[in-house]
Amino acid sequence: MSLPQASASANSNAANAGEGVREFLTFTLGSEEYGVDILKVQEIRGYDTVTRIPDTPDFIKGVINLRGTIVPVVDMRLKFKLAQAQYDVFTVMIILTVAQRVVGMVVDGVSDVLQLPAERICPAPELGGQLGSRFITGIGTLDQRMLILVDIEKLMSSQEMALVDAAALH
Amino acid sequence: MSIDLARFHQAFFDESFERADAMEQALLRLDVQADNGEVIHDIFRAAHSIKGGAATFGFAAVAGFTHHLETLLDSVRSGQRGVDAALVELMLRAADHVRGLLVAARDGGACDEVLGASLQASLQAALNVGPATVAAQAAGPAQATTGWTIRFVPRPDLFRSGNDPLRILRELAELGTLHSELEFADGIPGFGALDAESCYLGWNLRLETLASEIEVRELFAWVEDECELRIEPLAVAAAAVEPVAVVSESATPPAPAHGEDKVVPIGVAAPARPQPQRSAAAALESSIRVSTNKIDGLINLVGELVITQASLSQYAQGLDPLGHERLLSAVQQLEHTTRRLQESVMSTRMLPIDAVFSRFPRMVHDLATKLGKQVRLQTVGEGTELDKSVIERIGDPLTHLLRNAIDHGIESTDDRVAAGKPAQGTVTLRAAHQAGQIVIDIADDGRGLSRARILEKARSNGIAVADNASDADVWNLIFAPGFSTASEVTDVSGRGVGMDVVKRNILSLGGQVELSSTEGQGATVRIRLPLTLAIVDGMSVAVGEDTYIVPLSSVVECLQPTVSQIKRIGVDAMLVAVRSEYLPLLDLHTLFGLPGAGRDAHESILVIVEAEGRKVALQLDELLGQQQVVIKSLEANYRRLPLFSGATILGDGRVALILDIVELVRGAGRAMAA
Amino acid sequence: MSDASHRILAVDDSNSMRQMVAFTLSSAGFDVTEAEDGVVALSMAQTQKFGLVLADVNMPNMDGLSLVRALRGMADYKFTPMLMLTTESTPEKKAEGKAAGATGWIVKPFNPDQLIATIRRVLA
Repeated sequence: MSLPQASASANSNAANAGEGVREFLTFTLGSEEYGVDILKVQEIRGYDTVTRIPDTPDFIKGVINLRGTIVPVVDMRLKFKLAQAQYDVFTVMIILTVAQRVVGMVVDGVSDVLQLPAERICPAPELGGQLGSRFITGIGTLDQRMLILVDIEKLMSSQEMALVDAAALH
Repeated sequence: MSIDLARFHQAFFDESFERADAMEQALLRLDVQADNGEVIHDIFRAAHSIKGGAATFGFAAVAGFTHHLETLLDSVRSGQRGVDAALVELMLRAADHVRGLLVAARDGGACDEVLGASLQASLQAALNVGPATVAAQAAGPAQATTGWTIRFVPRPDLFRSGNDPLRILRELAELGTLHSELEFADGIPGFGALDAESCYLGWNLRLETLASEIEVRELFAWVEDECELRIEPLAVAAAAVEPVAVVSESATPPAPAHGEDKVVPIGVAAPARPQPQRSAAAALESSIRVSTNKIDGLINLVGELVITQASLSQYAQGLDPLGHERLLSAVQQLEHTTRRLQESVMSTRMLPIDAVFSRFPRMVHDLATKLGKQVRLQTVGEGTELDKSVIERIGDPLTHLLRNAIDHGIESTDDRVAAGKPAQGTVTLRAAHQAGQIVIDIADDGRGLSRARILEKARSNGIAVADNASDADVWNLIFAPGFSTASEVTDVSGRGVGMDVVKRNILSLGGQVELSSTEGQGATVRIRLPLTLAIVDGMSVAVGEDTYIVPLSSVVECLQPTVSQIKRIGVDAMLVAVRSEYLPLLDLHTLFGLPGAGRDAHESILVIVEAEGRKVALQLDELLGQQQVVIKSLEANYRRLPLFSGATILGDGRVALILDIVELVRGAGRAMAA
Repeated sequence: MSDASHRILAVDDSNSMRQMVAFTLSSAGFDVTEAEDGVVALSMAQTQKFGLVLADVNMPNMDGLSLVRALRGMADYKFTPMLMLTTESTPEKKAEGKAAGATGWIVKPFNPDQLIATIRRVLA
C-alpha cells in the first residue's frame, strides 16, 4: 500500500495551505502518538521478507528489497524497548526518505495524515522519555490528541540508530 | 548565405585538448640523444591541427600563438634545429599556454598575455630569426591600365592534375570582358595521333577589367607551374612590365617573383623528410562518444535482465526435464547470452588506468625539476582496466602518493650517491588484476620509512604504541590525521593532511591501502580496489534459515569433512585438514550470531575460499546453487558492513548478503594469530 | 543531384574541420562523403565514384599527398579535381602538391562561403 494519493493531496495542500500549516503522518508506538513530516514519507508497506543482517543491534531488523533497491529496516518498537514486537499481517512499515537515504521504520500502527496549523504546535518541553528532546520538533494538539512531532531526519541520521556508518559521520 | 560555425566549436575544443595532451606526452618522450623523427612529427602534427582548426573557427589568439610553436617545430622537424633540454622546456611551456588559450577561447575568459608575448618571443628567438616578416602584398606600380594581355599556354599534361583551362577562362571572364584567341602551341597532331588526355591548346587573351594583376594571376595560382604565363597591362607603358614581388607570411625570407622566373625555394632547403607511413591496417578502428548516463542506464537494464533470467532459471529447475526440453534448452541459452551481454556491457565502462597514469610523467618531471632531484617514473600495466567511476576517484590519492614518494622518499642526488645508489631515483607505478581485485603499487627506491621516526612522532602526538608493534602497525600510524614526519612542510606535501585523506578516499572506494618498506632501500604503497563489477558469479549457500552468496571467483573447492579432519585448537578455534594443509575453519553460524545451535562441522558443508594468498574453510549448512548475481549497494541507504561486500536480490525477490571473502580471510588470520 | 560530378569526398582527420566542410558543402547542395584519413578515403574511392576530392595534407596513416598520388594511379581518378586543404602555402609545399598530382589548394583558414565558391567553380 502506498500513499500516492495522500502525498499528492499533501503536496497540493501544503502548497495551498497557508503559512505555518504543516502536514504530518501520524503513527503509534506503544501508548504514544507521533507525527512525522509527510514530505519525508515515501510509502507505507506491510512487513514482508526482511533479510537479517548478522552482528547488528536488534532493532535493525535487516534489509528489504524495495523495487530493486536495498533498504534497511529499523523496528522502533525494539529501539525503544516497548512491549514485545509482533510481526504479523497487520504490521506496518513506513518507508522514509531522509538525508538522501531510503529507510524503513516499523511501528505499531499508522493513523492518518493531519494538517496542523502553527498555533496548534507548541515547542517541545524538556521531556524525559524515549526520544531525547533533541529529536522532537514540537508537540501538536488536535482534538484530544497529543502528537509528538519527530525530527525524523535527525533521528535516523543519529549515531544511536546505527544506520549511518560511524566513519562517515566524521 | 552565411553558415554559423558555432555548432562545430565543441568538437574543435574536444579534439584540440586531446591534441594538446598528445603534444605534451610526446614532448616528454623526447630524448635529447636519440633520434626523435617520429615523435617530432607527432608533435608537429598536433600543433598544426590545432592551428588550422583555430584559424578556421576564428580563434585568432590560439591560431596566432600556435603558429609560432608550429614554426619552431617545423624547423626541428626539418633538421635545422636540434633538440635540447631547454628547448623541450620551452615547448612544454608553450604547450601549456596553448591549453590556456584554448580554455580562454572556450570559456570566454582572458589568458595571460604577458606570458604569451614572452613565450612567443622565446619561440622566435629559438629559431634564430627576427620577428616574422609581415605579409605584404607589395603593390606594383599603380595600374593605370584598363586591363591585361594574357598569354596562357598550358603544358600538355595539365589535365593530369585535374585542372581544366576552360574553368580558368570562365573565371577570367567574370572579371570583365574577355577576348580570347586560340594558339596552337606546337601544332596539333593528326587525328589518329591525338591523345585525348593531353592539352594541345594555348590562348592569347585580352581582358578588359579593373581587376589588379594580383587578382588575375590568382586565378592561375593552381596551374602556374604547368603552363607558360605572361601577364601584361593593356595600356602598355614604354617600359616592360616589372615582375611583382609577392611576399608570403612566414618566418623565412621572402621568395622571389613568380611568373616566368623559376621558383627557387629560399631558406634552407628541407632535406627529404621520410614520411612515416604507419601501416594501413593500424587505425581502422573507430569510436563513438556516449554519455555515461546512457551507459549506466544500459547497465541497470542488464542488471534487471539478469535478475529476471535468474528467476526464470530457478523456476525452470523445478520442472520435469522430460516434458520441457525445449523450454529448458531455451532457458539455458538465455543464461548463456545474458552472461555474455553482461560482460560486454560492463566492459564499456572499463577504461585503461592509463587514463590516470598519463598525467604523471609531466608531474614527475616538473616536481623533480623543482626539487632539484633526479627522478624517473616507470609505469607498468597501464592497460589494466578499471571501471570509469573508480578511475575518476583514484587520481587524487595516486597523485598525493606519487608526490610523497618524490618529495620525501627519493633522496637528493648527493645523498643517493653517498649511499652508493644510482643518482637517479626510480618511482614505479604498477597496476594489475589479482584475484578479483585491482592492485596498484607505488614503489620508490628512496630512503624508505624510518620506524624510529614514526614511533617518535606518534608518541609526541599522543598516540600510544607498543615498542614491539609489528612493522605493518607502525607504518599504519602514518595514516593518522595530522601525522607527518617530514622535517619541513614543503608546499608539495608534508603538511600532514595527506595520508589520512588518501586512506579515507581509498576506503570509500571499497579498497584497502598498505605500506611496506625497507629502511634505506625504499617504500611501497599498495592499494587494492574492488573490480567494481556490478554483476558477479555467486554460489548461494544456506546458513541456518538465511541465504548468503559466496563469490565464485574465490571458491577453491567444496567438501563434506569427516570427523577426523576436524581439529580443535584452544577454546574456539577450529582447523580442518585438507590433503596436506591445515586451514582455519570459520563456522558462519557462529560468526553471524544466528539463533539456534549450529551443526557440527562434519555434518556441514565446507566451502574453501581463497584471498590474498590464504585459504579458509567456511562452514555452512547447504549449497543451494550457482547464479549470476547483481551486486546492490548496501551503502546507498545503509552502511558498509564489515563482513559483506554488498547485497543482491534473489530470483524470488529476497535480499541475500554477499560475503566479503577478503575480510573473512583476514579475520581468520587475526583469530589464528591471537 | 547525386551523379558522380556532385559527389565530394572530404578527407580530414580533424573531426571539427571535416564536419564543418561536410556541412557547408551539403548545405550548398553537394553530396558529401567523409573520411577521416587517407586509407579510409582510398577504400571509399574504390567503391564509389567521386567528382571531387578535398583532402587535408597532414593526416595519420596516409597523408593527403600520398592519397592524391594513389588516386591518380586509378583510371577513374586520372583527371578528377583534387584540392588540398592546407595551412601551408609556401612554394615548396605547392610544388610538392603539384608533383603529387593535386589540382590546387585551399588555404586554411577559409570561410565557408569561400569554400563553396571555389568548389562551385571547379565543378561547374
